[in-house]
Amino acid sequence: MNTRTLARQYWVAIRAMIVFTIVLGVAYTAVITGVGQLVAPAQSNGSVVKVDGDVVGSALIGQSFTDKKGNALPEWFQSRPSAAGDGYDATASSFSNYGPENDDLIAAVKERKAAIATENDVPASSVPADAVTASGSGLDPHISPAYALLQVDRIAAVRDLPVTKVRALVESMIQNRDAGYLGEKTVNVLRLNVALAGLKG
Amino acid sequence: MTSTVSGLLTILTLVVILAVLHRPVGDYMAWIYTTKNNWKIERGFYRLIGVDSASEQTWRAYLRGVLIFSVVGVFFVYVIQRIQEILPYSLGFPAVPQGLAFNTAVSFVTNTNWQSYSPDVTLGYAVQLGGLVVQNFVSAAVGIAVAVALIRGLARIKSGTLGNFWVDLTRGITRLLLPGAIFAAVVLIIAGVIQNFNGFENITTLTGGSAAIPGGPVASQEAIKELGTNGGGFYNVNSAHPFENPTAWTNLFEIVLMLIIPFSLPRTFGKMVGDVRQGYAIAAVMGAIYAASLAAMTWFELNGAGTATRLAGGAMEGKEDRFGIWGSTLFATTSTSTSTGAVNSAHDSFTSLGGMMALLNMMLGEISPGGTGSGLYGMLVLAIITVFIAGLLVGRTPEYLGKKIGPREIKLASIYILITPALVLTGTALSFAIPAIRDNVEKVSIWNPGLHGFTEVLYAFTSAANNNGSAFAGITANTPWMNTALGIAMLLGRFLPMVFVLALAGSLAAQDKVPATAGTLPTHRPQFVGLLIGVSVIVTALTYFPVLALGPLAEGLK
Repeated sequence: MNTRTLARQYWVAIRAMIVFTIVLGVAYTAVITGVGQLVAPAQSNGSVVKVDGDVVGSALIGQSFTDKKGNALPEWFQSRPSAAGDGYDATASSFSNYGPENDDLIAAVKERKAAIATENDVPASSVPADAVTASGSGLDPHISPAYALLQVDRIAAVRDLPVTKVRALVESMIQNRDAGYLGEKTVNVLRLNVALAGLKG
Repeated sequence: MTSTVSGLLTILTLVVILAVLHRPVGDYMAWIYTTKNNWKIERGFYRLIGVDSASEQTWRAYLRGVLIFSVVGVFFVYVIQRIQEILPYSLGFPAVPQGLAFNTAVSFVTNTNWQSYSPDVTLGYAVQLGGLVVQNFVSAAVGIAVAVALIRGLARIKSGTLGNFWVDLTRGITRLLLPGAIFAAVVLIIAGVIQNFNGFENITTLTGGSAAIPGGPVASQEAIKELGTNGGGFYNVNSAHPFENPTAWTNLFEIVLMLIIPFSLPRTFGKMVGDVRQGYAIAAVMGAIYAASLAAMTWFELNGAGTATRLAGGAMEGKEDRFGIWGSTLFATTSTSTSTGAVNSAHDSFTSLGGMMALLNMMLGEISPGGTGSGLYGMLVLAIITVFIAGLLVGRTPEYLGKKIGPREIKLASIYILITPALVLTGTALSFAIPAIRDNVEKVSIWNPGLHGFTEVLYAFTSAANNNGSAFAGITANTPWMNTALGIAMLLGRFLPMVFVLALAGSLAAQDKVPATAGTLPTHRPQFVGLLIGVSVIVTALTYFPVLALGPLAEGLK
């Protein structure tokens, strides 16, 4: 193998990489962006949810319903715990990465369970797992139907609404499994709270 | 409907989809790599880069092409990161530091896609698409090319050549990966995966707080990330992010994308060696190991052992509600059994034994069904080892598909098998054996204390050496030791095996074909399938049992 053939091979590789960068990096991305913006602009741009014309979030990105200090606002359905930034920070998606024997996680689960039980006036044993565990993305837009239903009495009391009406709202917002069998049943918290805000006693 | 019924039906759907698709896709790939006809656009490309598409290469020349192309790839990705500041759409992020840029460049070129960084806060769009997306395509195409070269070695008689690397590389992209990715990206967009250049959009939430909605060309990257079994996420949380994987059905769709090429390649192999039954025997081994591993992981997660898990009432820490446990374990098994390494849930937060299954899938060498190309050549090397062991038992010179497995072939196959375990165990051992490094690893890198922390380090080296890329992500890998050691593990774990695979291919191609006799071990029957499963599992178990006993087994059986 002489140097000349080797240099020629490198020159082939460099030219190939330049073409690939233009075709696969730039052109492919541009074409997909164009098609996306044309075929499904709403999804391409983040499935935003609007109230009175103002964007209040994305249907796919969870958000927290807390005050500035991070305390749960009792008049809103609460999302799951989040490990993204200070909670639901979409500029820093993250899971907690705590292992099952991690003392910090054990303490956090205990504390969350007790807090949710107290706030909603239910026994700790009825608090579902997703309510006390941080999600995979830290941006999980959903809660389980069980966790949504558990919050109904509290919401009704704080908002002075009939329990039946709030419960009916939650039940109407339960998303069935995809195609009837894929994944789990969920409730989208932002959509639920938007609907809740429009609910009159 | 219970979650169990839903989970089982999901798996059934996956099986049906793969059963229907593997045949057309496998046959299509066989055509791609055997036809003499070049497309017009390909001819233009060959002229542009100066390649004679009709010329054939020896195994050495083929290997040289692979290595030189990859060296240039590392250089490109490194430079693009280092000049990020001056590139458009950098989102204001500075140049990526040297150590991290090296690690990331190696990671994407080797089809590992290990991420020592959090992309959300490190990379602008220019690096993501100009550097990483490009490697998502080409590294997958390189893997398939090497597998095809090995198939040719088995198929050809008295041949000095294995094909042309540049042609195989190009066709893998123009005829397979690019059309596949375009289709997948559009499907993902319709499902809700974003595709824009908006950056972060600041909004006022329902409660009057402020929040940001991230932007980015995500769908285009997500599509090839899964199809090419790459796995590098656009966001830190990878496919757990609702903008990467918004629904339960996209979850299944992405799983299909990861599996479709690796599970169709055995058909391609069978077709190219002129006996599809040989391919189905290989696919059966892959499928059996995959199914057993999936069942075990799902059972461990449903069972939910562990203090925090029991307290919470289920293994939902680090899992998304829309996927639940079944959708998370199906994804995790798929991702670690291929060389993808994408995650839709936090493997670090799995139960000890559930997380161990992810580790085991990689330790098996990612052969069930493995990465694009790498899974098939890994499995074929094991098949050669298996006929050798079977030959020893009956005292005959072993042969596989009419090729004699002599001392040279066995040496090459054996060294291949030893490379990744050596890298994994050496890397893990050095992390704890050298006092200065140990101190840094324990104080900076490890997130969970105790046994689980040890598993984080073991997982990192297993993932890097096997070119998987998933992580027990609590680990802080952006340190000088981890960036360097993992970078080296990725490089050697990718290219050393390729050296031996191509040498093996060259030596097989040069042979004549010996006719099968009554004493030849048939390699398409259930007996051989069973033997091959046995060899794969026993080799892995013997190699890794002691180290597993120090980490996940100790934690899980406490």
